[in-house]
Amino acid sequence: MIVADAKPLDEVFGFVENYGKVLVLGCGECVTVCQVGGEKEVAVLAQTLRLKAGSEGKEIEFLEDTIQRQCEPEFVEPVLEHLDGVDAVLSLACGIGVNFMADQNLDVPVFPAVNTTFMGATVRHGEWAERCAACGDCILHLTGGICPIARCAKSILNGPCGGTNDGECEISTPENPVDCAWALIIERAKKLGTLDKLKDIIAPKDWSTARDGGPRRRVRPDLLLAEEEDTDVEA
Amino acid sequence: MKSGSNLEKVLEAGHFAVTAELGPPMSASGEEVKHKMEILRGNADAFNITDCQTAVVRLSSIASAIMLIQGGMEPVMQMTTRDRNRIAIQADILGACAFGIKNCLSIAGDHQSFSAAGRLKGHPGARNVYDVDSIQLCAILKKMRDEGLTEGGDPIEEPPKLFIGAAWTPMADPFDFRVIRLAKKAEAGADFIQTQGVYDVKQFADVMKEVRNLGVHERTAILAGIIVPRSAGMLRYMNASVAGVTVPDELIKRFPRVKKGASKEAKRDARIKSEEIGKQIAVELIEQVREIEGVSGVHIQGIEWEKAVPEIVKAAGLLPRPTV
Repeated sequence: MIVADAKPLDEVFGFVENYGKVLVLGCGECVTVCQVGGEKEVAVLAQTLRLKAGSEGKEIEFLEDTIQRQCEPEFVEPVLEHLDGVDAVLSLACGIGVNFMADQNLDVPVFPAVNTTFMGATVRHGEWAERCAACGDCILHLTGGICPIARCAKSILNGPCGGTNDGECEISTPENPVDCAWALIIERAKKLGTLDKLKDIIAPKDWSTARDGGPRRRVRPDLLLAEEEDTDVEA
Repeated sequence: MKSGSNLEKVLEAGHFAVTAELGPPMSASGEEVKHKMEILRGNADAFNITDCQTAVVRLSSIASAIMLIQGGMEPVMQMTTRDRNRIAIQADILGACAFGIKNCLSIAGDHQSFSAAGRLKGHPGARNVYDVDSIQLCAILKKMRDEGLTEGGDPIEEPPKLFIGAAWTPMADPFDFRVIRLAKKAEAGADFIQTQGVYDVKQFADVMKEVRNLGVHERTAILAGIIVPRSAGMLRYMNASVAGVTVPDELIKRFPRVKKGASKEAKRDARIKSEEIGKQIAVELIEQVREIEGVSGVHIQGIEWEKAVPEIVKAAGLLPRPTV
């Protein structure tokens, strides 16, 4: 899932302090799971902003809403129909949600209330860690399911570099311990009996499937056709 | 001959090779480079020019290496994959070779977070590149040289004649994979290897035994890293904080201890004595690694202490350097 952090209150308040009516809009997917942008967080942020506005003598009305997904027309469109009088949207969705709202060509600005951080897993309750970099050409079959692109600080494909220290990455600190991805890969290969495979050199990667190839887009004509047929029937 | 570099010739002729490190300054003046060149001249077969080590901005490796060429010395141009993608790397390689640079050391480089680890502000917020890793870079250099092709497959009019180097940390964990990784570097194209600093010679000798079992020392020339110790504090720091560096206690104990409240004179005397002991230890380490089968030379790093190197090389009986 996509993991995010709440932005500092002062920064968020700075976005909206000169507006009169602000819609605080949550998202029911990833940011709900990582507890920064769901219904509960919308309520807390809206209330905190009301108190802050009050203490600074500003009259701002904060409306609250949380939709299932801020990244799909089906869920976003109904919100757009009820924006009367709203002069700014404060989105608690990930960056995708903020972009998607902005793409709807609204007359009002959409501000981000969270910092989108990474695609990760819930390691334990209250801890998330990056696990995929969406490079577009998965190599996990070569590395025992552990991704060096996402989990090695240098994205080294033929690791480990000389910086491994007791199984930790050279950037590891007591405050922010980071496992050496290659130490994990080697440990896993030993367990699976596939260490020999790691003797092969992995060639330079074609990054054109990653962000380096430009913004990515996928079109599935089979699905498009189905949608068009639906529209025809309705018409 | 792959490159015709002095280092390659020295190794080819069966001499015990010596390389030494020259760290460029954070300055637009080449005077410091020239100064260090004169300190080191004649004391090694080739001189490594670090490439923004610890991710700190410095006079570039390629420009410093050109200064060495112009000054009649042979550089080993270090090239990290941290700061350049494969386009910039290959362009710089062609440019370096056009200036007569014949040795290139391929390394990943320290992560940019290191740049702020010391007294400097550094650039911990810099974006890193890591388009390729150090092993892939060896293969790219080999392909450019031997096939006359860029990584992408385009023909190179005049291929770069390079002696390809790589770094190796023999004693970092995961221990049992280190020799395999060395073999991968040799397979990718590394003609020579410079190791991380060796203090625990016994442990290094054990690893070298594995290297010989796989015959890797016959495919690539291994130069053992000698980092000249300057104080007990420096050794303690390296032992605790530098990955893959283990310093035996008995080495640390050889340095004098000074009480915190000691007089200035006492502290100065201890410093002078420490430096003498440090140089002595470096000489001993050179002599010890030289005894290990499969070690073809030493790579001496007097980190910001290049001045110590000539004395050490001389005391180790490695002067004059061979003319080949």
